[in-house]
Amino acid sequence: MDNSQYKHVFVFAEQRDGVVQSVALELIGKARDLAADLGEKVFAVLLGKGIAPSAKKLVEYGADTVIVVDNDNLKDYVTEQYAQAMYQVVVEYKPAILLFGATTIGRDLAPRVAARLGTGLTADCTKLEISEDTKEFQMTRPAFGGNLMATIMCPDHRPQMSTVRPGVMQKCTPNASRKGEIINFAPKFDSSKFSVKLVKTVKEEKASVDISEAKILVSGGRGVGCVAGFDKLRELAKVVGGEVSSSRAMVDAGNMPHDRQVGQTGKTVRPDVYFALGISGAIQHLAGMEESECIIAVNKDKFAPIFAVADLGIVCDLNTVVPLLTERLKKEMAK
Amino acid sequence: MNFNLTKTQELFRQMIHEFAEKEVKPLAAEIDEQERFPEETVKKMAKLGIFGIPVPKEYGGAGGDNIMYSIAVEELSRCCATTGVIVSAHTSLCMVPILEFGTEEQKRKYLPKLASGEWIGAFGLTEPNAGTDSSAQQTTAVLDGDEWVLNGNKIFITNAGQAGLYVIIAMTDKSQGNRGISAFLVEADTPGFSVGKQELKMGIRGSSTAELIFDNCRIPKENLLGQVGRGFRIAMKTLDGGRIGIAAQALGIAQGALDETVKYTKERKQFGRAIAKFQNTQFQMADLQTKIEAARLLVRSAAFKKDEAIKNDRIAYSADSAMAKLYASEVAMEVTTKAVQFHGGYGYTREYPVERMMRDAKITEIYEGTSEVQRMVIAGNLFGKI
Amino acid sequence: MKILVCIKQVPDTTEIRIDPVTKTLVREGVPSIMNPDDKGGLELALRFKDKFGAEVTVITMGPPQADLILREAFAMGADRAILLTDRKFAGADTLATSNALAGAARTLDWDLIITGRQAIDGDTAQVGPEMAEHLNIPQISYVAGLDYDGKTFTVKKQTEEGHQILQFEGKGLLTVLAPAFKSRYMSVGGIVDAYDREVEVWGADKVDLDESKLGLKGSPTKVVKSFAKELKQPGVIHEVDAEHAVELIISKLKEKHII
Repeated sequence: MDNSQYKHVFVFAEQRDGVVQSVALELIGKARDLAADLGEKVFAVLLGKGIAPSAKKLVEYGADTVIVVDNDNLKDYVTEQYAQAMYQVVVEYKPAILLFGATTIGRDLAPRVAARLGTGLTADCTKLEISEDTKEFQMTRPAFGGNLMATIMCPDHRPQMSTVRPGVMQKCTPNASRKGEIINFAPKFDSSKFSVKLVKTVKEEKASVDISEAKILVSGGRGVGCVAGFDKLRELAKVVGGEVSSSRAMVDAGNMPHDRQVGQTGKTVRPDVYFALGISGAIQHLAGMEESECIIAVNKDKFAPIFAVADLGIVCDLNTVVPLLTERLKKEMAK
Repeated sequence: MNFNLTKTQELFRQMIHEFAEKEVKPLAAEIDEQERFPEETVKKMAKLGIFGIPVPKEYGGAGGDNIMYSIAVEELSRCCATTGVIVSAHTSLCMVPILEFGTEEQKRKYLPKLASGEWIGAFGLTEPNAGTDSSAQQTTAVLDGDEWVLNGNKIFITNAGQAGLYVIIAMTDKSQGNRGISAFLVEADTPGFSVGKQELKMGIRGSSTAELIFDNCRIPKENLLGQVGRGFRIAMKTLDGGRIGIAAQALGIAQGALDETVKYTKERKQFGRAIAKFQNTQFQMADLQTKIEAARLLVRSAAFKKDEAIKNDRIAYSADSAMAKLYASEVAMEVTTKAVQFHGGYGYTREYPVERMMRDAKITEIYEGTSEVQRMVIAGNLFGKI
Repeated sequence: MKILVCIKQVPDTTEIRIDPVTKTLVREGVPSIMNPDDKGGLELALRFKDKFGAEVTVITMGPPQADLILREAFAMGADRAILLTDRKFAGADTLATSNALAGAARTLDWDLIITGRQAIDGDTAQVGPEMAEHLNIPQISYVAGLDYDGKTFTVKKQTEEGHQILQFEGKGLLTVLAPAFKSRYMSVGGIVDAYDREVEVWGADKVDLDESKLGLKGSPTKVVKSFAKELKQPGVIHEVDAEHAVELIISKLKEKHII
């Protein structure tokens, strides 16, 4: 493989039901950094049916070129149809780097394409960069269940492929006046290989919540006071994409159901972020949450034991902090 | 001399440990609080073959050995002493005597049902006036034509009311003393046989403990277990095996209490540090750990000997099982009492499992032969006829 | 119906700790287990066997001690077990691993291949789909349900928004999520027999494959370095008013890539 023939940073612009996914925009944001370091350009690859209008959005968020593959076969995601299209795009345009979101689609498609191309794929990267001296593409990812980090390269094979989880990279600020090239690409499909039929797609409302599965928990204790107090926490949880949980005191007082209790006689949780609001931090509660990735505690009492395990400790009245935080987060999420 | 478990025994230990942690532990507090027999757990255990561990495959059992059986009771009891005793009483006191003393017909008729857990087993020896003095049997069995007629009652019977089959000891000839006692197999729905009300107990509260009442209860004469007049011997040999089960139960309770205490003392801070850092804690815990290890070795050794005795019936293990039970039960009482102490005020509440473990531990010094009885057996073996 | 199930022995990563002094993994005393998603896959195969009848073969690529998970598979109900072990496989990334497994699969008779979605040590979720590509069969990942009418497989696939129903006939590969199939425990009788059963040990020579595709040589990706994540430092306590509090929280959330 003559690697010098492979250039530019390509992003699989994932769309579902015609809506471009946030992760695709985040990857374009990262691709811009990588392309800048390499002195090359950013290409977005948009597969689907009737999706051409979305190409403009990709340009606004930083793509220099959008390769649009608009075809009946690509209306819904089915592995082989998309794999054939992506494979032909790669063979035609020879990307040096190809990025996918680590979504259900991305984690199904990227390895199929990588194997078809006989190249390397690195999953769930948390960091992507071009080394200063050697201009090599370095991918960093967690290993051993997140206990260790590994930096990986794909030196001899092209394209160098990575998947990245949603929410890890940053989108660029969209610029409506940005100009970009739109290319229409028509692959040759081999329909004899289309063995899988999509029969139906079902959208599900999440029924009951298992707080131990939540990535973000907004947890309230005695400081929240009453049932109504939890409304504010629910709003915060909704904005930040988390779930509400509580200490035993609030469950005993009847303000929260038992399945939301964190602690010795409740559930043990390890979310990415645990908001401990008005929770003193009794040993039985800590036993249920001290392994959380990031603990943000807000409590009026500066001697509350919760502060011993908090990554960020705020001595303040949660009733003034929470509404302000919710408003501010609404603004941040809208960006 | 190899102190290691075989690969098979280790694989078994892995399974039963995981099963106990995931299926048994979450229910332990609730079944104690509600005094509820854990039916759902019993179904799950039955499906896996846990009710037939030492029974050969030809009779529907798993074909395992007594080491595996003792590990099962230990690991289950570590999480829930109630669950442990359900398996132990069923296995050692009902299935094993049929396996060891039953006729081929009896084995083929009853072992598959018991080993599959379709029926739970139980054993009735103790009476209101025959506890430690177990030969003072007042329940009678009289042969009338093709049937034995049983009259009398038994108390404190584990698995009573839940069992499908009972091994019942009764007096057939009072004039013969111990040689006038025989053993019988009584099916649950036999007319004339009923179960009394549940005992309200200090511990193992989910275990079903009740009185058995025989009022002209007629059983087929084929349901005599072993020979007439051999019942006392059958009962004593059965208890020799049962003691290994109870020793394993006590061991499990002790281990569970120790594990909880290690966890708690590492987290609980007083005077600016975890109480596990104080030498008082460490020295006492070191002693408890050593005693548990010693108890484990006694249990495994007794189980090993019982396995050897199956191949060579010259091998005796009554003193071994008595020593295991005596020691493990006293260790369990000591460890659980200390466990509550280390937990302080919290340990006295039901928020933490150690108070339940302490209540559970006490019975292991009493049933299947009190510690006094164990001492009698050990001394009897030591001194011989004097 | 013959089902081939790929399983992997992994360290129980929930038990792994970092040595705070040397900042390396503490591997002693970490138990090795059958990867949870693979166990889910084996469970799916066994449920299929219970319902429709099937011969279930488990295969694992690993060091000799991976024998243990094959014994577990026997005790759960597998019919045949293969240990693919050879120094030549060492250092393999997902492409080389999937190539080796596909090479072994080519010498076996099967109608369906089931793998776990991902292993808890690598967490890549790549080997299953790559294997399907090498074998030129369709794949369906994130499988949460499977039905069969004698001709057509109907598969329930879990997605972010809900699920999809897909169908195919003929051979295929499914990757399975552990939570979808609560796996059975080993039965006592199964355990008693497990070490009496035969585990077939296969080396690289038994595999229908070009050696250049194996091990380190066959791996396009290479680990350049590995390092411990930064350990948590004790947090700072701020006595501030609500506005400042919000600023601090927003910063922290941005730092953690939550927003």
